This record gives sequence, C-alpha cells and structure tokens, in this order.
Amino acid sequence: MVTKLNSRGLAAASLFFLTAGCSSAKPAQTAAADSAALHQMAGMSMPVTIPKGALYTEADVHFMQGMIAHHAQAIYMARMAAAHGANPRLLKFAGKINQSQQAEIRLMQDWLVANKQAAPDTSSWRHMTMPGMLSPEQLATLDASHGPEFDKQFLNLMIQHHEGALKMVTDLLATPQAAQDVDVSVFANDVTTVQTAEIGTMQQMLSNL
Amino acid sequence: MGNARTICRLAVAVALSTTTVLHAQTYPTGNDPRNGLKPGMLDAGTAEKGMRLVSFTPKPAEFDSVRGLTFINSDLAFRGKYVYQGNFSGFSIWDISNPKKPAKVAVVPCVTSQGDPSIYGNLLFISAEGNGNRNDCAKGGVQNPADHMAGVRIYDVSNPKAPKLVKNVQTCKGSHTHTVIPSPTDKGVIYLYVSGSQGARPETELAGCNNGTDPADENNSLYRLDVIKVPLAHPEQAAVVTGARIFTGLGAAPTSAARREQQANRGARGGRRGGAPAQAGDPVPTGPRNCHDVTSYPEMHLLAGACASYGLLVDISNPEKPVRLDAVSDTNFSLWHTAVFSNDASKVVFTDEWGGGTSPNCQATSMMEMGGNTTLTISADKKFKEHAYFKIPSAQSPQENCVSHNGGLVPVPGRDIMVQGWYQGGIDVIDFTDADHPYEIAYFDRGPIDQPPAPGDTAAAAASRQRGTIGGSWGAYYWNGMVYSSELARGFDVLELLPTDKLSANELAAAKLVRFEQYNPQSQPKIVWPAAFPVVRSYLDQLVRDKGLAAARTTAIASALNAAEKQSGAARGKSLSTLATQVEADANGAKDAAKVRAMAGAIKALAAASK
Repeated sequence: MVTKLNSRGLAAASLFFLTAGCSSAKPAQTAAADSAALHQMAGMSMPVTIPKGALYTEADVHFMQGMIAHHAQAIYMARMAAAHGANPRLLKFAGKINQSQQAEIRLMQDWLVANKQAAPDTSSWRHMTMPGMLSPEQLATLDASHGPEFDKQFLNLMIQHHEGALKMVTDLLATPQAAQDVDVSVFANDVTTVQTAEIGTMQQMLSNL
Repeated sequence: MGNARTICRLAVAVALSTTTVLHAQTYPTGNDPRNGLKPGMLDAGTAEKGMRLVSFTPKPAEFDSVRGLTFINSDLAFRGKYVYQGNFSGFSIWDISNPKKPAKVAVVPCVTSQGDPSIYGNLLFISAEGNGNRNDCAKGGVQNPADHMAGVRIYDVSNPKAPKLVKNVQTCKGSHTHTVIPSPTDKGVIYLYVSGSQGARPETELAGCNNGTDPADENNSLYRLDVIKVPLAHPEQAAVVTGARIFTGLGAAPTSAARREQQANRGARGGRRGGAPAQAGDPVPTGPRNCHDVTSYPEMHLLAGACASYGLLVDISNPEKPVRLDAVSDTNFSLWHTAVFSNDASKVVFTDEWGGGTSPNCQATSMMEMGGNTTLTISADKKFKEHAYFKIPSAQSPQENCVSHNGGLVPVPGRDIMVQGWYQGGIDVIDFTDADHPYEIAYFDRGPIDQPPAPGDTAAAAASRQRGTIGGSWGAYYWNGMVYSSELARGFDVLELLPTDKLSANELAAAKLVRFEQYNPQSQPKIVWPAAFPVVRSYLDQLVRDKGLAAARTTAIASALNAAEKQSGAARGKSLSTLATQVEADANGAKDAAKVRAMAGAIKALAAASK
C-alpha cells in the first residue's frame, strides 16, 4: 500500500502517527484495488483473548479496534478538503477533525497495546467496515466533486459517518459488561458528546450553503 | 415544570460565532522557559513565573498510578483546614494547616469515576459516572446490575479520619460532575445539579429511566439536569426531586433546501450497490441534551452551564424551577466544559475541553481557537456577548495531554483574575478584566511525564516505551492565600503567587484578606473585601500600572496613605475621610475614572472602620 504523508493545507501533525498509514492515493485508484481485496466485515474477525480478571470485554476491544478504522477514514476524508476547494469554514472544520481524530487514534492504539491486544494501523479503514463508513462509491462521488458541491457532499457524508460512530458507542454501551474499563467508557462518552456537537455544526454549515 | 419551558422559548437567543473575529493569539516561536523541560514522573523539570511551588505531595500508595485513568486524581473541594481531593478510585483528605507539608488525614478507596467532590458542612459529595462503579465501592466491576452505582455518593466526614458512606443517590445517567446550590429559602437544604453526558441506564436497573429523543417529553431522562435535594440533617433522605429542563428550544438549525435534501438522502443510504455500510442509525437531535459541568453563583442567582457546543446562562432563583436566560453557540467549541464568573457577574469565562483532556492539544500546530477559554460579557438584561479567546501562550509537547480545564477566581480587588489548570500544560494565572484582551500573569509548568520517542526506535521498543500517560493539573484554585492544584498522575501541589510587574505585593496582600471557611469552586462564593490598606493600595497600584491617574496624584495619594497608616483611631479616620474627598474629585478627568471612584470608596470604608 502506497503511503505518503499528505500535509497539503492542513497541520503537519503526523509526528505521532506511530505507523505508516496516511495515503494520498486517489480514491478512484483505491476503489478498484479495494473492491478486489475488500473484506466486508460488519464486526471484527481478529481473535481476541481477554485475560482473567480484566475489566474489559471483547466488545470493548472490538470497539477500540473498529473506531481506529472509523477515525482513519474520517481523517482521510478531512484531508481531501483543501484539494477539493472546500470553503474556509469547512476547511477549518476538516482541520479540526484531522487533529482531533489523529490524537484519538493514538489514544486507542495506546490502550490496545497496553492491554496486549492487536492495534490496527491507520490503513485499517480500507479493509474494515464500521457503521457509517463510506462505501467506495460514496468516496468516489466525494472525490469527483469540487467547491460547493464538495462542501455539500462532504457534510452529508461526514454526518453519516459521525452517526455511525454514535451507533458504535450505543451498541457498545448496550452490550452486557462492556464499557466498565474507565478508559473505554470516558473515551466512548467523549466521542458521543463531541460527534453529536459536530453533527450540529455540520447541519448548520449545510443550511448556510 | 411547564412554566420553565414556556419562558425558555421566548428567551432563546443563539449567536453563531465565526472564527475570524475571535482569533486572538499566535504562539510565540520557542524561547519560552516552559519549552524543553526535562521529562519525568517525580523529577520532571519545572518552569515558573509569578508563582512558586510550596510543596508537592505524591499520591497515596492506594492510588499509585497504573496506566490509564483508573487511578487519576480529579477535582478539589475545601473546608476548614482540609482539602478534599477526588480520584477515579476514591478520595483523599489533606490537612493543609502547614502548606509546606500537607498531612494525609484519610484515604478512601472506592471505585468512583470521576470522583468529582463537593463539601458542605460535614457532608462530602462524590460524583459517579460509568458502568464500572459499585454500590459497595469494590473493585472488579459490575456483574449484577443491582450492584451498579451511578449518581452521587454522600459521605459523612464529621470525623475526617473515618469518612462514612451514608447514601448512594442513584440517577438515570450517573454524574460526571455535580454543582451545589444552597436553597435560597431553607438553610437546612441544598440542591445538587447533576451534569454528565452519558445516556440513561436501563429501566430494569432504575425505574423511570429512559432514553428518549423528544426534548420536550417530560418522561425523557435526557435533556435535563437531574436535581438532587439534600436535607442536610438527614442526608440519607437525599433524592432526585426534579429535572432542570434548560435545553428546550436549542439546536434547531434553520430549515433550508439543503437540509431537506440531506434528510431525504439519509433514507436512501441503505440501497447502494457494492455493499452498503451498516445502517448508521437515526438522525440525532443536535441540541445539547446535557451539560459537562455547570457553575452556580448562588448569591447572584445565576448559573453558567457548559453544555455540548453551547454556553448557557440560567436563573436559579428557584433551584427547582430554573429558567434559561440566554445561550451562546460557538462551534469552535464542541466540549464546552466549565465556567468561571467574574465577581460582579458581568463576565463569564467558559472553557473548551477539546480532546476531553487526554489529547495533546496545546502543540504549536494545534488550533488556537479550540481547547482554550472564551470570554463572555453579560449585559444588564442578562444576555451574552462573546469576546476573546485565550490559550496558554506556550506550546506543549506531543507527550503532554493539554487543554483548558478547571479554575477559579483570585480575589484581587479591581481586576478579574483567575487561576486555572491546563493538564500537562501546567497552571496558569490569567487576567480577563478586559474581555477583549485576556492575558497571562503567571504560570507553573512541569516537563512531560513520558520520555519522547527515541529516533530509530524499533517497533518493539516503541510499543514497550511508556507513552501517553495522562497527567497534569485537573484544577488549580486560590483559597485562603494559597493555590492548590490536583495533579492527575503525580499528586497534590501547593503553590504561592509572587509579586511581579503584573501583580503587586499589595494586590496579593488584598487577596490574602479574603478568606472562606468552605469553598467549592463550581459553586462560586461572592467575594467581599474588608476595609483595609492593601485594598486601597491595590487600586492605586493598578492606576499607576495602567496610567489611569496622573503620576503626581498617585504619588501624593501614596504618601497620604502612608501618613494615615501611622496614625490611629479618630485621627486616622479624619485623614482618610479628607483623602477620600480629594480622590473623589480626582475622578473628574482621570483616564480611569471608575477605578479612581472605586479607590475613593475603599478609602471611605477604611475611614469608617478607623473611628
């Protein structure tokens, strides 16, 4: 997988990307590669062992692993904004998503590593499907748009994306014994608070287009 | 209950801010003493200006750091000679009679995330949120829902060496933080406003709990702050009595063709070719449904709520029937977090906890307009106006979780000054007297807990290297002459402010005259300065510093004060009365007439006290 760090127009905050995972390859190319290699997994199929006495469950591990992939795709989308002529407010918003979600990926990776679980890297979004994530077709549509059309596509698709994250949290909290590990529960609640607020922001931006 | 909603609908004013107006700062390039400090848990390098560390006491062994949040310290509450320090796994009580050597009075292990504390008389309240807290305080998590505790714990601390758990008040959503509001009509009653973003627990766990989507539905556990009523003489009877529905009418974005199309698109998602993503779920109402934290100012009957991407102003004259007065939405902030009122309640500083406290968001590349403070003024008719942002002017490293967090006022007369914790960004003292130009007065900072990644680390080495340890100041507060800070990972800091060109010895002496027997920072007390020379001299120092009065006059007033101080009784009173009259006249044509008049008032009060 070609990996290039894309710092066009957005903060070069990839210092703490611990793994190579930022690709600037065009979605059109990737879409072709992906549909050949795509593993459609609604959940995780990596085997998970929970040590005796651990306060976390398989659901917590899958949540963290899946959210890494989920975040990674959001970052990929956010990094398209500059080259696709996003309006200044959207550009700033995309920059925020880029910075915020990179830091959160690192947090999730840290948690998984500290608990000796597999930690996906940021290319994981290309082969993991979580609620709300964009299909190759949606990505292609996004990539083909520019200016105000990009703004509209981006906002609609990122709202969908965020709603998917909220569903992941809801599903986690509905799982028996899950989210008792305080790192997971604090993180999950923050995702809900922040992404709900960001959905509101995006809806405002949509109405102002 | 219906009344509150009707009034709210009429009073809604939502201001959308744009970023260009409020961008106030850029980071200086390097050369700040806080850059490049030596990393370490207990031996990190430090940098300080305008304050000094009086003592550092490491965490009790019971809360010795394991990685992650499990044993981190949280907030502080103050009473008598004790400081109550919350922790995600219990709490500590410190005797600070000797600030150089805080003495451990009690350490109570009791798994309670986040452990936000308040003290009222002999009752200590501790917030519990999340799925892993138990009624019996034990570790090991919750297997049987009947053991699950979420809400506010009440301890009797009449004997601080042996706190006694009196009651676990269960709430539907648990409690991230809680805020004390004494009853304005009954001295035997206090209310706790419960904040927190979690959804409601299942009805099988607690009857009546339900996660609705309609903000106006009275049965909906969401879209309200739970209000607990505590009969102080019978804390075991404490219970949720009502919900503060202060969010009604917020968050509805204007309708437009774009939104209608978006709604239509959402329905079509499921049918795409090539394997559609799993259904993303119902569209969510986007107004706030809860607050992260609220600050009450009981003597002003006001409350400032930090609620998702809104700051709210609420009338709490009747704590059981609060009325929202105004709301401001700043979409740069998605985690409005805490609030500090100025003493005259003409201003509020709100904070944005971008990243939730666990991300390094004070780096040179981090956005300046997020993760810091915003300064709002409150008009006479109780409406907000947003002014300037503030973020600490020193870039922090990628190893340091950093964002603005909890703080409180430093009681200097004539100025609005707060001290605040910024996690591993350290402690900052900020003047926000001019809402358009807040600035830093003093700071204390440590190096990061973790070593930076070494260049050329192998993957295995990188994986084993300690990184991402969450630490720093959860909250820094001024109380009775000292600054106390709760360090998440390391322990308990006591600091002292020092005079500088931005804060004089007189101003610090005046602050020291303000003493509170009890202090819960998010339940702000009204500061009243006694009649005293340092108070007068504070105003004078400010007039000199800001050239608010001609130098000839400030010099003369200083001499007159010195002379009067050497006198006593009626003679002193007479001298001061005469001086007060002169200073009143000085106000005419003075650059800062208001401050000159304030000084005259302080001299008059001192004259009266001298008779």
